[in-house]
Amino acid sequence: MQAFLRDATEFLPILLEGVRLTILVTIGSLILSTLLGLVWAIMRVSSIKIVSRTSAGIINVIRGIPIIVQLFYIYFVMPDLGVSLTALQAAIIGLGIAYSAYQAENFRAGIEAIDKGQIEAAQSIGMGWWMTMRRVVLPQAVRLVLPPYGNTMIMMLKDSSQASTITVAELALQGKLIASSTFKNTSVFTLVAILYLVMSIPLILFVRHFEKKAGRP
Amino acid sequence: MIELKDIRKSYGSFEVLKGITASVEKGEVVCIIGPSGSGKSTILRCINGLESYNSGEILVEGQRVDRDAPSIVSIRTQVSMVFQRFNLFPHRTVLENVIEGPVFVKKEPRKEAIERARMLLAQVGLAEKADAHPPQLSGGQQQRVAIARALAMQPKAILFDEPTSALDPELVGEVLGVMRKLADDGMTMVVVTHEMGFAKEVADRVLFIDGGVIVEQGPAKDVLNDPKHARTQDFLRRVLHPL
Repeated sequence: MQAFLRDATEFLPILLEGVRLTILVTIGSLILSTLLGLVWAIMRVSSIKIVSRTSAGIINVIRGIPIIVQLFYIYFVMPDLGVSLTALQAAIIGLGIAYSAYQAENFRAGIEAIDKGQIEAAQSIGMGWWMTMRRVVLPQAVRLVLPPYGNTMIMMLKDSSQASTITVAELALQGKLIASSTFKNTSVFTLVAILYLVMSIPLILFVRHFEKKAGRP
Repeated sequence: MIELKDIRKSYGSFEVLKGITASVEKGEVVCIIGPSGSGKSTILRCINGLESYNSGEILVEGQRVDRDAPSIVSIRTQVSMVFQRFNLFPHRTVLENVIEGPVFVKKEPRKEAIERARMLLAQVGLAEKADAHPPQLSGGQQQRVAIARALAMQPKAILFDEPTSALDPELVGEVLGVMRKLADDGMTMVVVTHEMGFAKEVADRVLFIDGGVIVEQGPAKDVLNDPKHARTQDFLRRVLHPL
């Protein structure tokens, strides 16, 4: 135990540098995936066939390709097309796009769960499609969407470790580097696990809070 | 002010409306009665463009109703709708429900809209519920708020789609009372209803619809007291004496 504490004080500063990048990647890709997911979802529920089919196509392509391959594509293939990104940028964009598909499906479920009568009532007082979305559908959908959204956040926090495959020195990669140079696998990976857990706890509380709230009438 | 000329509408191969021709004059109260599935509600929904129709023409104040044209917004602000299931916005207060259309669609100053909304809520007997949320209200109260919301648009006519069918029997009266007051004030109303008592007392004219056609129409008392057509007689007998 004493050895562990000694290792901890030695490795924590380096690991916290990894934590910083993990948080950066998670928040960056969370914002991007939310915005893109909202766009796909609104396109998906459009009554214009071509718009909704385009969105369905995009979602399926994104869903059908492993996140790791999307990251490789953005980081290693884009430079050939003249777009060079730093590893951090590529990680945020890659994870953001990859997760936008799941966000979109969640948002769409929320939008479609809203009673048709709500939309008709909005139309009957002269609201157009966009105002109906903005004033009537989305505010009600948010409540339904928040608990699964929290779960997606937790998944994204953990999947940010995939950024290590394109050299982003986030928490998992920092841990691996320290472990391979010191051979103190037990101490290092225990610390890494604890740090991920600590970051997850606020998100888990967030989900529980909104699940309770959504359960109320 | 509302004119329907030979309206036909199909859902797939099923023709719901088989050539409906009718008109509603300003200040008139017209009740549409008939068995369920006969197309009554579809007629209302076509008038304010919630449904499209396949052929024929609907005119509101001379303006053609086409749900895909930009003009539909102006038609909908002139012809309000009250739904069977109220369809109030549950995430907004009663007052916010009533001012939603005037403020966000008609771009009226908020203060004026609120003033009128309070007046309308008082008119339907719910002044003290302005800050409540719809789920806290009874069905009858919700439907009266829905009527206030419709009135807030200052419409030229209001369409009522079975406004009391989702209510507990003891709450029907308060809604019909508000509607009767509106009729007395000269509001143009088209009401799809199963309330024969209301139709008899308040309606100027009754249309009996069955199988997508107008079987019989005329002054309320004539159609309801002395129906000429066998199908009308049969329907009224079953509605008035279910046992």
